[in-house]
Amino acid sequence: MIANYGFKDGSGDWYVVIDTDKCTGCGKCPEVCPAKILEVGPDEIDIFRQEPVAFVKHEERKKVRYSCAPCRPGYGDKRAPCVGVCEPKAISHSEGWKTLYGRR
Amino acid sequence: MIVAGIDVGGKNVHIVIEKDGQILGKAAGPTGIKKAEAVEQLYSEALKKAGISRKDVERVVATGSAAKRVAFANDILPDAAADARGVIKLIPSARTVIDVGAEEGRAIKVSADGKVLDFAVNEKCAAGTGTFVETMSRALEVSVDEMSKITLQSTQTLSINAQCAVFGESEVVSLIHQKTSKPDIARAVMNAIAGRIASVARIVGLDKDVVMVGGMARNAGFVDSLKKSIEMNVLVPEDPDYVGALGAAEAALAGNPTPTRPSS
Amino acid sequence: MFLPFQGGGQSLPRTRYGEGDETSKMAEEVKTQEFWRWPETNWVNPDIDWEKGKVITAGVDVGSVSTQAVVMVDGEFFVYGNMRTGSDSPDSARKGMDFALEKTDMKIENIDYCVGTGYGRVNVPMAQQSITEISCHARGANFMYGPEVRTVMDMGGQDCKAINVDDQGKVLNFMMNDKCAAGTGRGMEVFADLIRVPVWEIGPRSFKIKREPPMISSTCVVFAKSEVVGLLESGMPENDIMAAYCSAMAHRIMELLNRLGVKEKFVITGGIAKNVGVVKRLEKELGIKTAERVWNKKKYAGRGYPFDTQLAGGIGAALFGQALLKMGKAKSERKA
Repeated sequence: MIANYGFKDGSGDWYVVIDTDKCTGCGKCPEVCPAKILEVGPDEIDIFRQEPVAFVKHEERKKVRYSCAPCRPGYGDKRAPCVGVCEPKAISHSEGWKTLYGRR
Repeated sequence: MIVAGIDVGGKNVHIVIEKDGQILGKAAGPTGIKKAEAVEQLYSEALKKAGISRKDVERVVATGSAAKRVAFANDILPDAAADARGVIKLIPSARTVIDVGAEEGRAIKVSADGKVLDFAVNEKCAAGTGTFVETMSRALEVSVDEMSKITLQSTQTLSINAQCAVFGESEVVSLIHQKTSKPDIARAVMNAIAGRIASVARIVGLDKDVVMVGGMARNAGFVDSLKKSIEMNVLVPEDPDYVGALGAAEAALAGNPTPTRPSS
Repeated sequence: MFLPFQGGGQSLPRTRYGEGDETSKMAEEVKTQEFWRWPETNWVNPDIDWEKGKVITAGVDVGSVSTQAVVMVDGEFFVYGNMRTGSDSPDSARKGMDFALEKTDMKIENIDYCVGTGYGRVNVPMAQQSITEISCHARGANFMYGPEVRTVMDMGGQDCKAINVDDQGKVLNFMMNDKCAAGTGRGMEVFADLIRVPVWEIGPRSFKIKREPPMISSTCVVFAKSEVVGLLESGMPENDIMAAYCSAMAHRIMELLNRLGVKEKFVITGGIAKNVGVVKRLEKELGIKTAERVWNKKKYAGRGYPFDTQLAGGIGAALFGQALLKMGKAKSERKA
């Protein structure tokens, strides 16, 4: 399952994207996220899934645009920490940051 | 040399007429629907105040979201560039400019000579703008000025979780129904916008001195919330809503600012 | 507690399903009520004797704007109640369930298992479990429209969700937007209130125009309101403004869907699904038709059971209850 956490508003697409089929629930991404928006726990969408999965905390989903901005997702010199630490490459970000901040 | 700077914002038009760096006259009024007409009328007013006629003005530079409506402008300056120039003239120690107007909020990193080093903007969304305050003041049945004043009388900290002006309004209505005091609600609204603007500012980084301009800089309640939110002092120049127009006038004075008249 | 859009405080007009022409009746009441209010409905399946049923499960979908309670008997649709959500989720859930059971002699105690879903899902007092509305809408749409459904767009009162599903109703890909009011039922309600036209008239009236006007350009509802005021002042006919608003909303939904990819069968659930002005324009933009609003079960369609797109979440929740009992992951809480 591809889970898109975040929002779209007049200014762009702001999503943290987690591929739950790739995610092993290893728990490394919440440790490296400077904004502490990630969590690993039971899959709330696929309630029959046994293994834990990574997701964006509920209260953070409306704020990802700002929480993720300092990591320059999709356009910075380095990959965002959550993306870098994820061995199965399950985490990515939508275009919003790159579009609005990456081409100045 | 006599020059004019015209800032046509989403809500208001501001005009500054300068002679060799000294302000001769200024005027401000609502943009309205017929923007070009509003500009004409206010320009005549500013000229009258300056005691000069139209032909005495050598250069006109326009800025703001509807800058293109100034048909007689020689140049158009991007909003951030106008802010940067205007602020550095008034407060040379400024390094971060926060401009919150009716329809936009932005943070600009400026150099000592008034150049834009970096900027981030919150646009096309009313949360984090002056419009949000206006909407909430209507829900609270107080004027925007009154709302600014009562914010400073708040005794408890509440939070508004909505990141949208429409949903925020429902939260405010719900707080009103719960008999929450107006000052506390007003503070919660200001804190919500300040939090959002602070997030935008952190994208460019917050270097001293932080200067706030734009219509919301007149709102003492908001400025107070912003200071608390970024945990830094915030300076506000006199007439903070004229800064964009002043910057445009400064650019006009400097000659060809940046040939940025958009083709579209 | 979160209080949705507050109006003048009159009691809500209720319409029982099948009680004549709702629209004309509502139109007469319009003068004294808010323009965003819509009729509340409930229904009992005449073909089911619940006392003969083995497993009775319920789903209660407490949305920000409306609440639906659905009861299913051995996996068959038995009753529903659809009401406006009040200021308090537990109370809304109780009222919704009472409204659903109103014309039956079934009691809450007769229900084996109840699942709460929607915005207020953790505050459903009669529920043993809560499941996110994304899963429930996917499963409910699969039941209502059939296993060929691949994309479900739920346009709620305060959020919208786009979901790609497999033939079992399992979620493959989803996105949810509850941050911004644009593209939600609330956006449409704010607009209805602004132009003082009842929400259910906006769709049909948006086609009574000479030619399609350009869409409202602001995404943000607050800025769109100013734009609409400007258009009204400029003398643009009301119907044209409705068309401009509906097409803006359709365009926005399309943008959201593009992130996910739309596949047929494509269904829209939730309140906005009832707005033909948005749905038709969206179909045109996507080049894809929305699936016909007809029960997948031939018996349901033949017997004319009401097909209300807002019920997908509640039906899905009740079906999850059924599945959990069957798999032994939950046990019956039936008291009577």
